[in-house]
Amino acid sequence: MDEIQSLMHGFGVALTLKNLALMFTGVILGVIIGVLPGLGGANGVAILLPLTFAMAQTPDGQTSAIILLSCIYWGALFGGAITSILFNIPGEPWSVATTFDGYPLAQQGKAGQALTAAFTSSFIGALVAVILITFLAPVVAKFALAFGPPEFFSVYLLTFCAFVGMSKEPPYKTIAAMMAGFGLAAVGTDPVTGTLRLTYGFTHLLTGFDFLVAVIGLFGIGEILLTLEEGLEFRGTKAKLNLKVVLETWKELPRYWLTSIRSSAVGCFMGIVPGGATPASFMSYGVARRFSKDGDKFGSGQVEGVVAPETAAHAAGTSALLPMLTLGVPGSPTAAVLLGGLLIWGLQPGPLLFLEQKDFVWGLIASMYLGNIAGLIVVLTCVPLFAAILRIPFSVIAPIIIVICSVGAYTVHNALFDVWMVVVFGVLGYFFRKLQYPLAPMVLAIVLGDNAEASFRQAMLFSQGELSIFFATPLVGSITGLAFFLLFWPLISLGLAKLRGR
Amino acid sequence: MAQEPVVRAAFRLRSAEIGIALVFLVFAGLIIFDSIRQGARWLAEGPQPGYFPFYLGVLICAASLVTLVRALLMPAEQNRTFVQVGQFKLVLSVLVPSAVYVALVGWIGIYVSAVLFVALFMRWLGKYPWWKVATVSIGHSVALFVIFEVWFLVPLPKGPLERLLGVG
Repeated sequence: MDEIQSLMHGFGVALTLKNLALMFTGVILGVIIGVLPGLGGANGVAILLPLTFAMAQTPDGQTSAIILLSCIYWGALFGGAITSILFNIPGEPWSVATTFDGYPLAQQGKAGQALTAAFTSSFIGALVAVILITFLAPVVAKFALAFGPPEFFSVYLLTFCAFVGMSKEPPYKTIAAMMAGFGLAAVGTDPVTGTLRLTYGFTHLLTGFDFLVAVIGLFGIGEILLTLEEGLEFRGTKAKLNLKVVLETWKELPRYWLTSIRSSAVGCFMGIVPGGATPASFMSYGVARRFSKDGDKFGSGQVEGVVAPETAAHAAGTSALLPMLTLGVPGSPTAAVLLGGLLIWGLQPGPLLFLEQKDFVWGLIASMYLGNIAGLIVVLTCVPLFAAILRIPFSVIAPIIIVICSVGAYTVHNALFDVWMVVVFGVLGYFFRKLQYPLAPMVLAIVLGDNAEASFRQAMLFSQGELSIFFATPLVGSITGLAFFLLFWPLISLGLAKLRGR
Repeated sequence: MAQEPVVRAAFRLRSAEIGIALVFLVFAGLIIFDSIRQGARWLAEGPQPGYFPFYLGVLICAASLVTLVRALLMPAEQNRTFVQVGQFKLVLSVLVPSAVYVALVGWIGIYVSAVLFVALFMRWLGKYPWWKVATVSIGHSVALFVIFEVWFLVPLPKGPLERLLGVG
């Protein structure tokens, strides 16, 4: 039981007073970010990332920095549920499915019950995912030690093909958005030969487009513009959460154990295979509706309809860190931003991380357990406070968030050019969101573009230009095969439906 | 089914689809053009720098052409309102000041610009009394200053006012 021993060591690293304080700070910041429109897990972490540059230089600072940032992420995952249930506004895309039953519950005066159910099932989903990470991550990492460029490229291929096959957006739009992301990543210095390309003479583009800037613009400003269409006021129900409601709901929750297990499984699967938290929550809601005996009452305020998407969203959001840590392939935009952080602090995510940075990895995994406990405590005790934030009118919140986004963009490279890019990406994000262009694969492509290209070209150098190298061994062949299966899944499922229809 | 309220469309779905598809096509064109200039072929020592981007450009082109054709063939009843006039005005009322704000940052620094930007919004869209406008906008900038410059030692763009105060 090496893992248990390593985990205990990790608790030793994570359980310092400083780290605990950072955990609570992170969770509280995260919930605020999750509640505010325009700030979410991905861009919240992106904005705060530059603040950790100095922190990561100190001894053990990298662990503290990742604890702070990952706790912001957990907080944001929790926070999304608050706005969905009380205001019928999903603060995060993954909490859209929570509004279906959460908001009706709140309207019936059962907001406390809905919130408790949401928070508790989020916690359980995350816990299952963390346990999975604890035991599966070292195995995957050991396995991945034998990976060469062809294997890595096939994993990248799998990641991106999964987006095409699994996302709800039209496949051709997914491809366009994703390839545009790769295109943006290709701008600047060629990772292999070092020649400049696609800069068209702009000196600002020498280093390429920074994904942090893209994330802040696409998710931040884009979201604000989208929210604005709905008007300037939010109207919501009041939240009362006292110990009695919490305990009563907890008594009721074990009834939904089967839903919890199913949703955790869906969530973990979708998180590791990069589908992400959002589709996981929808899928889990759909599955729960089909299998529940109260399935036809879903949508009218069923606690089970809150449990299912929340468990899955949190499980997916957490397990998205598994491929990020072990393979360097993040499963969600926020995991991608965290990966970017690791790279900036000078850590190379991937299998070697588990050998060379034991303190960091196990400190992080231990902090996931602690951070989610901290999260549950914070959200259960402070809901009215967070709900009050949403009552601040948009004419105050919107400009402040835009200023924060601009500051975040500026601090990445101390360049005003990046602030302009945030505005441009914001407008693009607004249109992309309304026209169903998925943002997650685009962001992942910007982050992974250089690595994917480098591993592709190295593999091709090995094989002297033969594409057959991606099918050369059973391992790489099966990953590539799975990738193509997922890529053509929309066509395959269409064909199956046709066959069945006959 | 609820009847759709009669509202004027600023522009419709088809135009939006075509517009964004064209943006993608232009971007793809830029990529392909520069990739060919750099060399997008396969030489003895391996692929040239433009090899990978060239195919990205081709894929973007192909995918966006599908979007474009689908938008052009879109039946009239599917061509719903993309954004209403009222909504679009709200969006622009944030977007235009934001652009002006960014322009100001380079000129008078981020703190003064932020004060003006927040104040403009609160006064113009929120119709708040002046004392509230002043408290929130100045308080927000001071908080920014304390967090970034004092705690985290991250310098932000400053202008003439900060130099006058001796903190620039």
